[in-house]
Parts: sequence; C-alpha cells; structure tokens
Amino acid sequence: MASGIRIRTSHRQGVTTVRAIIKHPMDTGYERDPETGFAIPMYYIEELVCRHNDKVIMRCDWSRAVSKNPYLSFQFDGAVPGDMVSISWRDSKGLRESARIAIK
Amino acid sequence: MQRRSLVKILLATPFVSSLFKSAAVFANWNIEAFTKTSEKEALESFFPDREILESDAISIDVHDLIENGAVVPVKIKTELNAVSGISLLVERNPNPLIAHFDLSPECRPFVATRIKIGVPSDIIAVVESEGKLYSRRKFVEVVEGGCG
Repeated sequence: MASGIRIRTSHRQGVTTVRAIIKHPMDTGYERDPETGFAIPMYYIEELVCRHNDKVIMRCDWSRAVSKNPYLSFQFDGAVPGDMVSISWRDSKGLRESARIAIK
Repeated sequence: MQRRSLVKILLATPFVSSLFKSAAVFANWNIEAFTKTSEKEALESFFPDREILESDAISIDVHDLIENGAVVPVKIKTELNAVSGISLLVERNPNPLIAHFDLSPECRPFVATRIKIGVPSDIIAVVESEGKLYSRRKFVEVVEGGCG
C-alpha cells in the first residue's frame, strides 16, 4: 500500500500545527458485511507516535471509537521550517505504517 | 544454537533493530482500561487511585447536535499549565475510553480528532496538568448513532 498517512503542517509564530488523515477502516466489530452478512471483526489503530525529527513529541492510544480514516491535529513549539515531522501507527493486527514530511 | 545465532545476526542489521526500537515505543496500550464498560471503571483503570477535579479551564469544542455519530469532530483545549496528557471518553459508548494523548512539554495543550458516538451522551475530557487530573464534560445529542 502506498502511504495511507497524509500529513500537513503549518508554521506560524514559532508554533507548528500538524494535521493528519490516516487511511484505516477502524472497524468496531459491530458492523456486518452488506454482501455476505458476516460480522466484520474489530480492527483498529491502537497506538500512534508523532515525532519532531527523531524526538517523540506525542503518543496516542486509541480505541475502535476513533472514526474511520482517523483525523488528528496537534500543535507544538520549537520547530523550524525544514525540520521533519513523522507519524507512525500500529494497529490491532500488529501492522504498522509510517510517514514523514518536512515542515513548510 | 543455529537459531540463536540467526537472531544475533538479525539484531545486528540496522533494519531489524530499528523494528525493535519502534516496538519499544509501541508497548503501552492499556487493554484493561479500553475494554471497561462504564465511565467510572474506565477512569479507575486508566488513572488508578487518582483524584479528578472538575475544571472550567478545559474546553470541549463539539457540536451540541450530532447528525451522524460515526464522524464527530472534537477539539480539546485548555488554559491549564504544563499539560502532559489529554484523555477523551464518551460516557454511554460500549467502551467509554475513546482516546488518550500523551503530550511532551513542546506540545500546546490542544488536540483535535473525530470520534464515534453511539447514543446521546456526555463527552468527558480529562487533562493532566502539573501532575494533577482535571475534567470537564459536555452533553451531545445524537440523531444517528455511529457505532455500527
């Protein structure tokens, strides 16, 4: 899969705002497949880590009640344009994905 | 013996050792707290033996009337100092603990995300500031539930 993490940053007066959308079904386990009628097992992102360059600046613990294709936004100090922001996640099947971009 | 030496070789390669490094970062998911079925139990499990004080210095930015409970934008902000964590709960969801955010000192006391809400319920934000816990709650009406 090509990266399913879209990160955007903006940098104003020393504050970096990060906005990300992550492609993931975030299945609750309550829904049924409309074609087969079988229950779709729960499957969701449990942990997510955000880094500024190599330093972890935020960690998320999520449940299946975070919406499908999760959106996340946060703000932090101390970055300059050109620094890297990365996001990595691990889901309930143990799959992982990461993406990073330079702050504009 | 052969197997052990294979492990050693694998650990010596940068790619595999970086996998182990990231595994160390991903190790804290609190299955017990996330599977509790009441707000009280979830809070007691996630914050054992901690007092939580109500605070007006927390703002929960969410619409009062939710058309579609599957995608509810929520923003949590606070004027409290030295915020190291923000947690989000929905009282009447099957598992009330929805998300927790650990913030480093560089972070502003703010997070925004989108969550699922099954039925009309209070949303609760818990903020850790200077080592103490504070909470605020806000009721939202839900037209169509979002837990599937």
